[in-house]
Amino acid sequence: MPITVHCDIVSAEKSLFSGLVERVVAAGELGDLGIEPGHAALLSPLKPGPVRVVKQNGEEEIVYVSGGYLEVQPNKVTVLADTAVRAGDLDEAAALEAKKHAEQAIENQGADFDYSRALTQLAEAAAQLRTIQQIREKLGKH
Amino acid sequence: MAVGKEIKEQISSVKSTQKITSAMEKVAVSKMRRAQLRMEQSRPYADKIRGVIGHLANATSEYRHRYLQDREVKRVGYIVVSSDRGLCGGLNNNLFKQVAQQTKEWASKGVEVEYCAVGSKASLFFSSFGGNVVASQSHLGDAPELSSLIGAVKVMLDAFDDGKIDRLYILHNRFVNTMTQQPTAVQLLPLKAQEDESLKHHWDYIYEPDAKEILEGLLVRYVESQVYQGVVENNACEQAARMLAMKNATDNAGNMINELNLLYNKARQAAITQEISEIVSGAAAV
Repeated sequence: MPITVHCDIVSAEKSLFSGLVERVVAAGELGDLGIEPGHAALLSPLKPGPVRVVKQNGEEEIVYVSGGYLEVQPNKVTVLADTAVRAGDLDEAAALEAKKHAEQAIENQGADFDYSRALTQLAEAAAQLRTIQQIREKLGKH
Repeated sequence: MAVGKEIKEQISSVKSTQKITSAMEKVAVSKMRRAQLRMEQSRPYADKIRGVIGHLANATSEYRHRYLQDREVKRVGYIVVSSDRGLCGGLNNNLFKQVAQQTKEWASKGVEVEYCAVGSKASLFFSSFGGNVVASQSHLGDAPELSSLIGAVKVMLDAFDDGKIDRLYILHNRFVNTMTQQPTAVQLLPLKAQEDESLKHHWDYIYEPDAKEILEGLLVRYVESQVYQGVVENNACEQAARMLAMKNATDNAGNMINELNLLYNKARQAAITQEISEIVSGAAAV
């Protein structure tokens, strides 16, 4: 029986792989890394690409990650996978998008938001009407 | 019979409303289960990163990352997570009450607040509440993706880097159980120091290429994953609250139908009685 090590591949959204493996091959920032049981503790960023794990019975499984981090400890290997390709300018664009959203929400108070305001006003008016009716009924009875 | 026509119509309209609310309740139940599952699935990632960050922060003690340093509070940032849709009871309102309350508290200390609104109900709220909204993100759907949150989080992180805010909080509903959801604020930055784990281990990683860079990337991801968790948890809360609200609505509709039925029967009975008495008095007159 070959020596194995426990390997977890997790992303922020879910767990992608968990189990005993003989070897993990991943594309590290500085080159490909092959991790076997007993590897020294290591921490490295990963490039987008496949992570290949060789399972206990020699079966292989390939998990695609769009970047992330590889953490090796004597008794376990953890891949912290990103769910999206990360790059400075991409993140920047996303940030700008979010800012724009906020500005639009402030500017666009006309079209979309008047609707909800109208709804609340309608509810208020209906409540007032109901009260008036109730008062009238009371006055009518007495 | 002409007597109860209006009442009959009202009954059938309430019945169709009841059908809708009970369908919404059932949908919310199944969505809530999935949201809860998602909540659990995102946890290991955050736990693992937290562990690695704890180790890194302790191992490279000569270098303190700015996300780990406490500084004097002049401005704070809030990421407010709300739902995209209504009909979920007082869930969002309770959250916004918390926003107003915390804003007041900071204001009394002379601290300004910036907001990042996640979910369309939050941006709606801020449009009437006022406040400085620097980023917003909505329409995340039932299965939110981390990638759609990156932008909004980055705006806040940049603000922190530039010294525009000195603390970052996330405010979202915490899923206590299906009946209870608690609006909670959690401090994201600076990261609170963990208990002395450093004493336990005397080993260190081999860093490829650089500890600082790795720490930087991991910290950003940690914050993102925390925000993601907040969003997913809020989603579970939303479904639970909707389930409850719709259950109440269905029950109320049931009560209303009973009352209307009673009214209808009474009206019918009255009409019959009147008819009989008319016939009898008519016969007596002859």
